Amino acid sequence: MPQYLLLLHEAPKVTNLSPDAMQAIIQKYKIWSDTLKQTGKLVDANKLHRDGRVMRGVTVMNGPYAEAKEVIGGYFMIEAANYDQAVQLARDCPNLELGGTIEVREIEPC
Amino acid sequence: MPARDSRDAEGLVGHLFRHQAGRMVATLTRIFGADRLDLAEDVVQDALIKALDQWPFYGVPKNPTAWLIQVAKHRALDLIRREASFEEKSVELAARWPAASEGAGQAVLDDQLAMMFMCCHPDLPRESQVALTLKTVAGLGVEEIARAYLAKETTIAQRLVRAKRMIREQRIVFDVPSGAELAGRLDVVLEVLYLLFNEGYTAHGGENLVRAELCEEAIRLGRLVASHFRTDCPKTHALLALMCLHASRLPARVDTGGDLLLLGEQDRSRWDRQLIDRGLLHLERSAQGGELSAYHLEAGISACHATASSYESTDWGYVVELYDQLYATKPTPVVALNRAAALSRLKGPLHGLRAIEAVQHDPILRDYYLLPAIQGELWREIGDKEQAAGGYRRALACTCTEPERRFLLEKLRSVSGEAAFT
Repeated sequence: MPQYLLLLHEAPKVTNLSPDAMQAIIQKYKIWSDTLKQTGKLVDANKLHRDGRVMRGVTVMNGPYAEAKEVIGGYFMIEAANYDQAVQLARDCPNLELGGTIEVREIEPC
Repeated sequence: MPARDSRDAEGLVGHLFRHQAGRMVATLTRIFGADRLDLAEDVVQDALIKALDQWPFYGVPKNPTAWLIQVAKHRALDLIRREASFEEKSVELAARWPAASEGAGQAVLDDQLAMMFMCCHPDLPRESQVALTLKTVAGLGVEEIARAYLAKETTIAQRLVRAKRMIREQRIVFDVPSGAELAGRLDVVLEVLYLLFNEGYTAHGGENLVRAELCEEAIRLGRLVASHFRTDCPKTHALLALMCLHASRLPARVDTGGDLLLLGEQDRSRWDRQLIDRGLLHLERSAQGGELSAYHLEAGISACHATASSYESTDWGYVVELYDQLYATKPTPVVALNRAAALSRLKGPLHGLRAIEAVQHDPILRDYYLLPAIQGELWREIGDKEQAAGGYRRALACTCTEPERRFLLEKLRSVSGEAAFT
């Protein structure tokens, strides 16, 4: 089964969310990823550190993301038959509802 | 993915974040000091944000509470290392939150109660006491508090800032008072809870008749107060009894269309039996001791309704008697009006109308829709449609919630055939 990376570009976070509001977001993610898990579609998921390095030629820059609006917050690796199905599975990801975007990329087998 | 499976938890129960935030802010305020409440709040907010960052990807940890405490503890230790004046506080932190702490037990209860006493300090203005209690003890966000009070977010934020500044300037201490001071200070805490509850029970305007969340939170905090040996006293139980008994009727107060139902029209099978039982239990415990507070009497009245099998079989004689006593303790025009309504059930609508006359020009009741609404209702019972319609029209001119407005319009239509558009 082909594998896909769902790269979650997160919308700038609202920092003063209430505890209830935060819990509600987590709950939504849980429902979404539980479904992926139960149907055997979830391969892996990881949160990326906000801090990073960008290297270009001989220069190394800290945290390249300050100027970028949507940082990649993390990724989910899933299995899907094709792009259509991958998109279908990503459709309910709460990141979209929160104003972020999702980049769906098929992993090319060697 | 073995790592993921081990993290698979049953999920997040109820208002875990909100309640845990309250507990952690309390403990950190104990450690950092009342003047550093902001710092405690920041640490807790950071811990919650870290959960919000990670849990979507890694799942909810097996023990979310322990996870949050652990993260907050690390954040707090970072701060302590950076501030010279905090040198000795790491010991305190370790003692307060031992490894794998569940965040429960007597110490945390002490902290939470101390936090309530601080928020409800008599030197703070009432509105700040309420806002601060909701924010720091109950864990509500500024936006949520603003929504509940139909106020602007900036207004609530200002109240909180002002309250915190006063805590610093007046060196208000973080502790559960004792001795001679305790009773008076507890009175303020109970008053604030009573206000919270009433705010939730009788919304002042807008679409939502009942903001059950505020009621729920007031009851939760009331139980917290009652569970501490220092504040587990008859008056606390009387307030809890009153809140539980009132809240038991919340599910029946509106019909399926969201329209208001009066006590006599409510389907009593929809009353929450569990809350009634709990309320009666608290009422029993409130009877130990010599004091008969307004909470006792209001709880007693509520119990009369809760235990009557129907509106008609209510012991109105006893209800009126309790209202008489309540008026003697708390001679407010609202109590007088309620007493008049009960009297009309006991002796008939004319007696009720006559009793209302005594308070009908009280300035406090000028914009109180229930006064003309009750007059309208009593005139309708007598059969005087014109007077009844007048009452309903005057009620509609007062501030009321959307369901209340619909209710009054319906009543007006029934006596005048008037298809009023207001």
